[in-house]
Amino acid sequence: MILPGNASCQGCPISMAMRCLDEISKPVLVIPAGCSTVIAGLHPKSAMNGPVVHVPFPSTHSVAAGLSEAYKRIGVKANVVAWMGDGAADIGFAALSASAARKDDLITIVVDNEAYMNTGTQASLSTFWKARTTTSPAGKTEERRNLALIMLAHKADYVATASVGYIRDLRRKFRKAGVMKGFRFIHVHTPCPPGWKFPSEKTVDVARKAVMSGAWILWEYDGKLKLSKAGEKYASKENRIPLEDYLKQGRFSHLSDEEIRELEQKIDEDWELLLRFS
Amino acid sequence: MDLSPIISKKTVASAGETGSWRNYRPAVIAELCSKCRNCVLYCPEGVISVGENSVEIDYNFCKGCGICKEVCEQRAIEIVPE
Ligand SMILES: Cc1ncc(C[n+]2csc(CCOP(=O)(O)OP(=O)(O)O)c2C)c(N)n1
Ligand code: SF4
Ligand code: SF4
Ligand code: SF4
Ligand SMILES: [Mg+2]
Repeated sequence: MILPGNASCQGCPISMAMRCLDEISKPVLVIPAGCSTVIAGLHPKSAMNGPVVHVPFPSTHSVAAGLSEAYKRIGVKANVVAWMGDGAADIGFAALSASAARKDDLITIVVDNEAYMNTGTQASLSTFWKARTTTSPAGKTEERRNLALIMLAHKADYVATASVGYIRDLRRKFRKAGVMKGFRFIHVHTPCPPGWKFPSEKTVDVARKAVMSGAWILWEYDGKLKLSKAGEKYASKENRIPLEDYLKQGRFSHLSDEEIRELEQKIDEDWELLLRFS
Repeated sequence: MDLSPIISKKTVASAGETGSWRNYRPAVIAELCSKCRNCVLYCPEGVISVGENSVEIDYNFCKGCGICKEVCEQRAIEIVPE
């Protein structure tokens, strides 16, 4: 779906995820503003080997739902994919939620780099607690919002979390969503080298450490919630790597030991809450 | 209505020959390769292909991120200065 020679930074997690769209047949992307817009190419050039509609933030799901319905009526086979950043999921949340409640027949993929990267790393609702961004220079004071759980509460037909650190698991989830019907939602963790301040070769390493430390939970819901094989063993605390290993990123370099313990507690609470649904 | 002026054309090298961004280049030691395809799957640019006896990298577009080296468990990829 994505052609070489595009504008993504070195080590970009979003281009890694975009390549996995090969698992979905006949995708039609709807992309609100963000890094994905730039990667998809600046007019008159497109870096995508398929149709893309560029849209303003809050209209993402209105456009996607309309396209999906229109394709049905004129008999065109297509998989409409609302492909958005975490910031776009904040700003476009009303339409996203309404679309899930209507059970629109489309796939939503949120590529979550935990900030508004394209405009210079402002904090989003997904930004990790205590992470430094340009709008939280001393570390974010609010907890991150768990978007996938919110989508689960809409009783969406399919909800999954995934990570570019576990690309085979991610591809499997794209493939599975691609052959289902109804409202399908996939939340992909996409650690960003310039935004999080780590070297470009470490994207996969950082993504894996998020899962191995318990900070990013891999799960899937298709009528029943289950932990994904790739990460299920991190439900037990004794299998997790020290959180410090994941936090070796510029955006966390200011943290005290006490703050790290506090983060560990938040992570434990996240696991407890999720496992209540399983 | 002619919509062609507002429809972008698919273009390889939409941002140019991104191989020129590289400070470091991945170099493959083909004898060590187990054909696991990790590098193929994780390369953000999709510029690696693994054949019967070779691993090919398209250096016109490889941005030199170094991810292929990190995900190669056989240590069959080295990073060398350009
Ligand atoms: C209505 C509107 N407001 C603000 C902007 C500026 N803007 C462009 S991209 C962006 C942030 C997008 O963040 P996110 O969705 O997380 O995508 P990322 O760049 O991180 O991939 C903002 C605020 C805009 N394009 N349109
Ligand atoms: S800022 Fe991050 S997410 Fe955006 S293009 Fe660069 S690496 Fe990719
Ligand atoms: S990751 Fe290493 S061993 Fe696996 S296919 Fe690539 S070069 Fe070969
Ligand atoms: S250095 Fe990066 S862009 Fe180049 S082949 Fe390796 S993974 Fe791909
Ligand atoms: Mg973002």
